[in-house]
Amino acid sequence: MASIDVEGVGKVYSGGVRAVTDIKLNIADGEFIVLVGPSGCGKSTLLRMVAGLETISEGEVKIGSRVVNNVEPADRDIAMVFQNYALYPHMTVYNNLAYGLKNRGTPKAEIDARVAEAARMLEITQYLERKPRALSGGQRQRVAMGRAIVRKPAAFLFDEPLSNLDAKLRVSMRGEIKRLQRRLGTTSIYVTHDQLEAMTLADRLVVLNGGQIEQIGAPLEVYHAPASTFVASFIGSPAMNLVKGELHGDKLAIGPAMVALNGFAPTSGAVTVGVRAEDLRIARDDEEALPFRLEYTEELGAQRLIHGTVGDQQITAAVSPEIALSPDMRIAVDAKRLHFFSIDTGKRLPGHVPAEAKLAPVEPVI
Amino acid sequence: MQTKRTVFHSRVLPYFLLAPQLIITLIFFVWPAAQAIWQSFLRQDPFGLKATFVWFANYTRLLDDPDYLNALGATFVFSVGVTVLSMGLSLLFAVCVNRVLRSGRFYTTLLVWPYAVAPAAAGLLWWFMFNPSVGIIPYLLSFLGYEWNHRLHTGDAMVLIIIAAAWKQISYNFLFFVAGLQSVPQSLTEAAAIDGAGPFKRFWTVVFPLLSPTTFFLAVINITYAMFDTFGIVDATTSGGPSQSTNILVYKVYADGFIGLNLGPSAAQSVILMLIVVVLTVVQFRWIERKVQY
Amino acid sequence: MVENRPFLNFLTHLVLILGVLTVVFPVYLAFIASTHGPTDFMSGIVPLLPGDQFSANYGYLLGTGESTAGAPPFLLMLGNSLAMAIMIAVGKIAISIISAFAIVYFRFPLRVPAFWLIFMTLMLPVEVRILPTYKVVADLGMLNSYSGLVIPVIASATATFLFRQFFLTVPEEMMEAARVDGAGPMKFFRDILLPLSRTNIAALFIIMFIYGWNQYLWPMLITTEPQYYTVVMGIKRLASVLDGDNQWNLVMAGVILAGLPPVLVIIFMQRLFVKGLVETEK
Repeated sequence: MASIDVEGVGKVYSGGVRAVTDIKLNIADGEFIVLVGPSGCGKSTLLRMVAGLETISEGEVKIGSRVVNNVEPADRDIAMVFQNYALYPHMTVYNNLAYGLKNRGTPKAEIDARVAEAARMLEITQYLERKPRALSGGQRQRVAMGRAIVRKPAAFLFDEPLSNLDAKLRVSMRGEIKRLQRRLGTTSIYVTHDQLEAMTLADRLVVLNGGQIEQIGAPLEVYHAPASTFVASFIGSPAMNLVKGELHGDKLAIGPAMVALNGFAPTSGAVTVGVRAEDLRIARDDEEALPFRLEYTEELGAQRLIHGTVGDQQITAAVSPEIALSPDMRIAVDAKRLHFFSIDTGKRLPGHVPAEAKLAPVEPVI
Repeated sequence: MQTKRTVFHSRVLPYFLLAPQLIITLIFFVWPAAQAIWQSFLRQDPFGLKATFVWFANYTRLLDDPDYLNALGATFVFSVGVTVLSMGLSLLFAVCVNRVLRSGRFYTTLLVWPYAVAPAAAGLLWWFMFNPSVGIIPYLLSFLGYEWNHRLHTGDAMVLIIIAAAWKQISYNFLFFVAGLQSVPQSLTEAAAIDGAGPFKRFWTVVFPLLSPTTFFLAVINITYAMFDTFGIVDATTSGGPSQSTNILVYKVYADGFIGLNLGPSAAQSVILMLIVVVLTVVQFRWIERKVQY
Repeated sequence: MVENRPFLNFLTHLVLILGVLTVVFPVYLAFIASTHGPTDFMSGIVPLLPGDQFSANYGYLLGTGESTAGAPPFLLMLGNSLAMAIMIAVGKIAISIISAFAIVYFRFPLRVPAFWLIFMTLMLPVEVRILPTYKVVADLGMLNSYSGLVIPVIASATATFLFRQFFLTVPEEMMEAARVDGAGPMKFFRDILLPLSRTNIAALFIIMFIYGWNQYLWPMLITTEPQYYTVVMGIKRLASVLDGDNQWNLVMAGVILAGLPPVLVIIFMQRLFVKGLVETEK
């Protein structure tokens, strides 16, 4: 078990292409960190630098108290689960699990014991003598996990381990990974482009964009107080509505409509205004609200998404399916539910932070 | 040029791994080739005591030599003959095998093994078939009033080596045509059938155009084969005769160099052959590039 | 596709049967001839049915040979050919697979020049540089030796390319997983890459075995002692002497003996052979 410290790490490829810039990240022992971002954001590169599969151009990576910049992957005391599993196709499941231990000169009896334990934990005991090609996708995924577990490493590194599975299996394996990580208490870094996977797994999320960290925080913190328009639009489904607005004193103008802010205005002038779909509601006749022109609806069962425009800007709201819709409806929002971002930098403007962003994660009672 | 995105780090290991191949290449390929090029500019005195640098004299003399020009001509006729005969038959067989899916494997087995027969052995098989005193083909030809004798008639000798060389190459072409035919999408022939094209029309308007990359590739391979891999056939049957009619380039370079011991002119012949291989190799690799593109 | 054209089906089979007959007939005739005595050819036409001299002819060739014709017992020559073919095939595969490994899994200053140097061997078949190569081998004292028969021909661009192509298709993660599992380069090569290459090695072995067995010009040049003669060059010597004596039965028996081993290899390992042939040309 160990903490992992990433200190000002950057990666520049030999052609001069910069993939990652000045990453600072301190991961506590036993923490589950998820790196999330669109493809090309540098999340895999960062993970592979921690693994030792990419050289580190700038900065330092520490595992425990040791700087590992020039340490071979095998000597970093980490285990990795790859997207395509990278199981050795010519070896049985048993040998796939045992290979890393054999290379380290672990005694045969201990290898047997550890493989048996990992196999039991992952419920793959009956497949130990099979070759990977005789296994289903989910079983292969478990073997790949097992290969990491038997080593009892200081850290698990996951590189999009679920993206080759179908949607249903992905959800159940997601739970499995979380359960195992909690049980083993091993520090983990998990890379994914799927924000839902990131939200559900992480102790803390690291949102990356263009090789830089946009935000680090607990899932609820990132969801309820996104640090930038990028995070706001990337985390959460449907994506947060982002519209252009103008602050006049305590009033916000969106197109021709005005909303009273009741003291929540952080600044004045042009801003980007963000609001989650579920924070919008259909207005009562007597309240101040935005005129909304409905274009189409999407039924999610528990919710109904209504898509339309306010002025010339696209807005999506999540409403109860029981509420009747009319062509000339208006939508309302609580001022304290609004997020304000700088129109130039896209950064969150200092000001109100919703209380939900500070909710502590619920630890299971074991 | 491509490597893995992550590589092993070692300063000396890759050189150790490459050493055997590179050393053999340098000693037995590059150095002799360089020697040939150097010698092609020299002329030895009759006693082999000293050599003078004569620039391109060996080459100009070669190109004025009627024997060499004759060898060029023979090589051309031979290569084209082998390529056309062998590819034509192979395509016919491949199309047939592709039609009879169930028994296709059986026919394939019976058609592919000549690939394994050594050129010299292939030459001797046909030399026996065409043997003027006991061969079965001259016997049959005599009923048509033709007196076959490849020891005397230049045309007969050429036909003999073309048939022997083409026979051996049929299996190779056949396998590549079968592979090419199988990669023509079934949906295309089906679409053509729905458009009302019969089997023959389908072949010439849909399948054959799609085979053209294979055909072109095989043409290059067959010319290379006919020019360089048929030494054994010529040596075992006609030895270049009669009256040099089957003295193809690769045989002549051996005969002049090894038997005639004319170092300079033989080296010049070697260099010309090398240039031909270079051209054929480049053409072949251009083909691969084209294949990658679509 | 539903298509029933009986006449076309008949024609297809007819063409194939004629084709097979054309391809097989020379060998059939050679085999028939090899079972007859020399006098059976006096009539001036080859018999079309087997004779009774099969064991006499083959036994004579295998055990005694025609030493006057420069053809030692075929058993010896077959043994030499087998040894040469196996050594060439194994040698080519061994040096090519490690070259490809170096080129794909390492980055080092002379990588690209090394690749081009190997590539050049494609353009220099032995037939075009025959005299100077002979001289190098003679200077190295390798005439009349197995090393002389084998070593100068075991550089192989084709095999190196094939392995390079194959290694590039091995998932990147395979090597990364092995590294995380604590395998160094040679351990990865032995434990992972070599087992993964099994089929390619087998397919290439067949192609290279046939190539080695069918070597002709090179053995003919560098062997002058009968104990190193190979069977393919042996049948040529046999033919040039026995032609005058009309002993075609023995010549054809020799041809059958020289051709049989590689042909059997192809027939029994057709799937691997086809794979090897098609892939080496990619």
